[in-house]
Amino acid sequence: MKISVTLNGVAVQEDVEPHLLAAAWIRERRCLTGTHIGCDTTQCGACTILLDGVSVKSCTLLAVSLDGHAVTTIEGLAANGQDLHPMQAAFKENHGLQCGFCTPGMIMRAVDIAIHRREADEAEIRRELEGNICRCTGYRNIVAAVLAGAQAMRAARDK
Amino acid sequence: MKPFDYFRPGSVSGAVALAREQTCFLAGGMSLLPMMKHNLAAPVALIDLSAVPDLNGIRKTGDAIEIGAMTTHAAVAASVLVRETLPALVALVVGIGDPAVRNRGTIGGSLANNDPAADYPAGVLGLGATIVTDRREITADDFFIASFTTALEPGELITAVRFPVPLAAGYVRFRSAASRFPLAGVFVARFTGGVRVAVTGAAPSVFRVPGFEAPLAKDFSPGAIEAVSVDPARMLSDINGGAAYRAHLAGVMARRAVAEAMG
Repeated sequence: MKISVTLNGVAVQEDVEPHLLAAAWIRERRCLTGTHIGCDTTQCGACTILLDGVSVKSCTLLAVSLDGHAVTTIEGLAANGQDLHPMQAAFKENHGLQCGFCTPGMIMRAVDIAIHRREADEAEIRRELEGNICRCTGYRNIVAAVLAGAQAMRAARDK
Repeated sequence: MKPFDYFRPGSVSGAVALAREQTCFLAGGMSLLPMMKHNLAAPVALIDLSAVPDLNGIRKTGDAIEIGAMTTHAAVAASVLVRETLPALVALVVGIGDPAVRNRGTIGGSLANNDPAADYPAGVLGLGATIVTDRREITADDFFIASFTTALEPGELITAVRFPVPLAAGYVRFRSAASRFPLAGVFVARFTGGVRVAVTGAAPSVFRVPGFEAPLAKDFSPGAIEAVSVDPARMLSDINGGAAYRAHLAGVMARRAVAEAMG
């Protein structure tokens, strides 16, 4: 089936089999390997992308379901000419990653939180990250990064 | 996943016309796709409901609140109308899965699946809601039959769920630490005509507890059901917990749900 997707701002058309998962389409067909498959059981969130601006787990989504929609992956966050999106920079500055495997999913989820839960404090951020699992960090620096990244995004908006 | 045919009809009648043996309707996919990935389900065709209009939305119909079958858990949680009239349903919905799952999961999908550990069946049975389909209306009391089994006929499509507004309601669940599904989740609702108590997670399908409902109708307080308990004989016993434990949890959660409802 032919799908038309706006992928990281670019219109893309491709013929896909119905049983191809969105995560597989993104990684294998579009060669965007920043989206990771951690558990394949909808739990860990390493596969998190933004579908029309909201977080979804791409390992539990069909590529055909992307048809007619806008998809943002970790590769699509930084604006043209920007090295890093403010949320990515915040993860770097706050040591919000160790092995980095969960990180793209964490950052995509964090961007969603920063946009849709603007006043989120630490407790709310922890609740909002329930669908993203990290085996390395113990989450403390991840939460600090999300808070810092949200603040940076707010500052950029208010400029 | 095994290959399958895929359709995305633009109408309820179109969707129902496509249904035949070994086809499945696809709502949010949060239960169906994981089952297919594990080969616990292998439909020969999926009928994607995402392009069917009029299955989304939350509206007041008379004194009731009607939620479209394809309405996501996130949308229910964010709805001002639901927060004002059915806050216990919001409490139920915000605990389903996680935020990303709630962006896809739907009420229709949850009810049609009838997972013994799903939260929504407790809310629907506890409130005495009506399940509206493409061909009839089914009361909650008639809808939930057994594990993963409902009163829906083959090819029958849920279009909306209509909820009466209670005087007070509460939902409290005790989660498995691993799966985060409820080992026992109890929804309590008080109406002028009486009290309804629905338990999910503890038995093969959601069930009401007349032994709690009668004393609560006379005295709506946790103390009214201190001395009564749920019969362990019908409870599930598995690696997550034994029947006696689940029966005990049902009582504890019921008392907490009553306290929640009392505000």
